[in-house]
Amino acid sequence: MAFAWLPGAVGDIAHGAVTTILLIAVTTLAGTLLSILGAAGRRNGPVLLKRAIAWYVEVMRNTPFLVQLFFIFFGLPSLGIRLDPILAAMLAMTLNMAAYTIEIVGAGLDAVPPGQTEAALALGLRPRQVFIKIVLPQALKIIYPALTSQIVIMMLESAVVSQIAVRELTYEADMLQARTFRSFETYFVVTLVYLALSMALRRLLVTGGRRALGAGVS
Amino acid sequence: MIEFTLWDIVRNLLLAARWTVLLSLAAFVGGAAVGMAVLFFRISKNKWSRRVASGYIALFQGTPLLMQLFLMFFGLPMLGLRIEPWTAAVLGLTFFASAYLAEIWRSGVDALPLGQWDAGASLGLHYLQELRLIILPQAFSITRAPTVGFLVQLIKSTALTSIIGFEELVRTSNAINNATFEPFKVYGLVALIFFAMCFPLTQYARSLEKRAAAR
Repeated sequence: MAFAWLPGAVGDIAHGAVTTILLIAVTTLAGTLLSILGAAGRRNGPVLLKRAIAWYVEVMRNTPFLVQLFFIFFGLPSLGIRLDPILAAMLAMTLNMAAYTIEIVGAGLDAVPPGQTEAALALGLRPRQVFIKIVLPQALKIIYPALTSQIVIMMLESAVVSQIAVRELTYEADMLQARTFRSFETYFVVTLVYLALSMALRRLLVTGGRRALGAGVS
Repeated sequence: MIEFTLWDIVRNLLLAARWTVLLSLAAFVGGAAVGMAVLFFRISKNKWSRRVASGYIALFQGTPLLMQLFLMFFGLPMLGLRIEPWTAAVLGLTFFASAYLAEIWRSGVDALPLGQWDAGASLGLHYLQELRLIILPQAFSITRAPTVGFLVQLIKSTALTSIIGFEELVRTSNAINNATFEPFKVYGLVALIFFAMCFPLTQYARSLEKRAAAR
């Protein structure tokens, strides 16, 4: 064990961690938004849209994230769509996360009693207002723990985007161990950084959720 | 440049998929065995062994599988153990799976009413007999759906072993892609093969879940 390289590497590791945090922040926002649209569309949209969303969920959930990433990064250019590594990573992570959270958000929507919708309609709210102001907040509160877990899982999966040369935490670790020849120590330290990040993210999401959605969020 | 027909690509991918299947099975069996040991620690009456098991589970669920594989593949040689990609892949996925399976089964144990333990004790069974005859069979049977669900996750996770050089489906597809320059076709086919392996299991897990809910 030799950690003498560590002081010089702190900057690189921090840079990688910031990119990882950026990736997960974008994915969380875009993925949650997309999954709310997806879950709503799957319940109220035209038949064709319902079927398309159902297939999308099945395909994404039954194929590895790494393959999805390669498909987007290496495959799309042959259709003339060339993406930056970091954009490709964000797109792949968002699309992957949405497939899981569409199911989660959908379960939450189903769990809100129909009486809530009826009451809101009776009060004269328009259907869209009912969804955004009455049903969605209650659904999010119900599914918040599951959503939190999915976000943390996605952050851990983001390690894979180092394979398309996105300079996040794992990529920096690869570069470091190639430079220092201390592969065990490098990966050990970076693993601990990931552990700290996932614990911090979980805590942040729980306190943030309490503040945004009110008490009762675990 | 070598010409690849579509059939050449498909055939080579299917041949490589054997290793994906084999690795998944090995990791599932190994993960179940180690996971069972972790489960015993996790539900033990001793506070410290419960803590150790919780720490083990938190460690594997709180860090990326890719890092675990790197530590296994690049780390063990530094401790003087030479390791092949296959061994590193099986060991890495086994530990990963054990943490998840232990946690899934623990949720099953927790779901059982305490009366089940009391009933076992009143029949004069000792701790291990209670576990073997009363608690574990019920815990396994109510967690069948998430266990199958995790198997799907495990099959997908084998894709990561391509990064440490294990010749499974994804690594083979990278090589074919480098020769054919047809990433759309090649990765599309890989996705299709994974889908064909995972989708039936997903459906099975779903039907188990429905059956459990109906009971």
